[in-house]
Amino acid sequence: MNSFLGALAWLADPANWAGDNGIPIRLLEHLAITGIAVLIAAVIGISLGLFIGHTGRLSFLVVSTTGALRALPTLGLLVLFALWLGVGLAPVIIVLVILAIPPLLAGAYAGVESVDRGTIDAARAVGMTEWQILTRVEIPLGLPIIVGGLRSAVLQVVATATIAAYLPIGGLGRYIFDNLSLRRFEPVFAGAILVTVLALVLEGVFAGIQRLTVPKGVRILRGSPAPYGAGRAARIEPDASPTGSSSDESDPVPPPAHHMQQHPTQ
Amino acid sequence: MTWVIANFSQIWRLTLDHIALSVPPILLGFLLAVPLGWIAHRYKPSRAILLTAGGLLYTVPGIALFISLPVILGTRILDPVNVIVAMTIYAVALLVRTAADAFDAVSGDVRQSSIAVGYGPIRRFFEVELPLAGPVLLSGLRVVSASTVSLVSIGSLIGVSSLGYFFLNGLNRRFPTEIFTGIVGVIVIAVVFDLILVLIGRLLLPWAHVARQREGRGRRATA
Repeated sequence: MNSFLGALAWLADPANWAGDNGIPIRLLEHLAITGIAVLIAAVIGISLGLFIGHTGRLSFLVVSTTGALRALPTLGLLVLFALWLGVGLAPVIIVLVILAIPPLLAGAYAGVESVDRGTIDAARAVGMTEWQILTRVEIPLGLPIIVGGLRSAVLQVVATATIAAYLPIGGLGRYIFDNLSLRRFEPVFAGAILVTVLALVLEGVFAGIQRLTVPKGVRILRGSPAPYGAGRAARIEPDASPTGSSSDESDPVPPPAHHMQQHPTQ
Repeated sequence: MTWVIANFSQIWRLTLDHIALSVPPILLGFLLAVPLGWIAHRYKPSRAILLTAGGLLYTVPGIALFISLPVILGTRILDPVNVIVAMTIYAVALLVRTAADAFDAVSGDVRQSSIAVGYGPIRRFFEVELPLAGPVLLSGLRVVSASTVSLVSIGSLIGVSSLGYFFLNGLNRRFPTEIFTGIVGVIVIAVVFDLILVLIGRLLLPWAHVARQREGRGRRATA
């Protein structure tokens, strides 16, 4: 417990809040790395996921990428890219993008997939174009699940950006790796606390956003006891229920909804 | 390839270390999560607490957990126990939710019927609820197994021996073959574990396989 108090004292020391190695700078670096990686991954993953969900084509991609990537050790990938591209920001961003695509892809796919077929048929029947169906029906109704994918992607990237500091780049992981070999455990432990708090705060923020993105009509439906479609539309947690999945193809991997369970904690 | 052959004994030793760090969390996680998941399923007030606690623990980044555990447990920072405990915490955090969902999915009618024919609570749990929740539990366990095997390599950053050693050493020596060996080794372990879990599932839950096949056939027939 002494180290815990030591870490708190370290965090309270104003000297650690100033300068290039100060907590605000390291925090901003960490957020910037996370933001860039998630943004790139979102452009690729979400658009691909929406395409797959809307057309039903290439759906094997969702299952195979999410399944295969879970067993791939991120640290190994990171050092491999670092060796190939040279130590710096590029290999880190590339690996983080690779890491963030599967949850975003799966979230966008599952979001569109969760929309009731009857609703989509009705939209088509009243004369909506495919683009209108995607942007006015499927995306709004699937938004909580799409945001859920974003949430797991962000958490995973925040955690992995920490170990990426093993390669000399910025971020909160610096406190851990700069001091671990020197056996100065206060800053190491303080770094761990900072990363954990950051992850928990982001988790809370995204849980809030997820709640806000549930369309009004669906929210009413959830409140009502009517079983009418509520089961499907109300699933806002992408990783909530492996049993709630609709398209469970025979074996090798668990159902798509379950695929959202990525480890956010590298 | 020559490097792999020349260093086979070291690769094998680190593979065994990696397995030794991966198996206990998977088993312990399952043994702890099933009763907790059942409690979350059975007692409404406990559900929010258990699932929220699981979700929050799951959010803590791995490296932060590895480093914090020695402080909390009083173990040495290099102790492999830290890695095992950290991975067990993740396994439980992930599986509690799966287990609660799995027990929720057991049909109420079946549960009522088992009460009606006189099954007591314990027999009902082991002979009705647990087997019926089995397929979902298994799919959750496969996720846990794959992510545990992959995450254990992070332990090498704090000096715990595993295949992750090849990542750091390969980077230092600028030697990609060594890194590839580590990556392939981790994936092979994950695949073997997955096959073992599927096999155990086939043996213990034969009906799940049959039901799925039948369902697949039905779907094809209607398509």
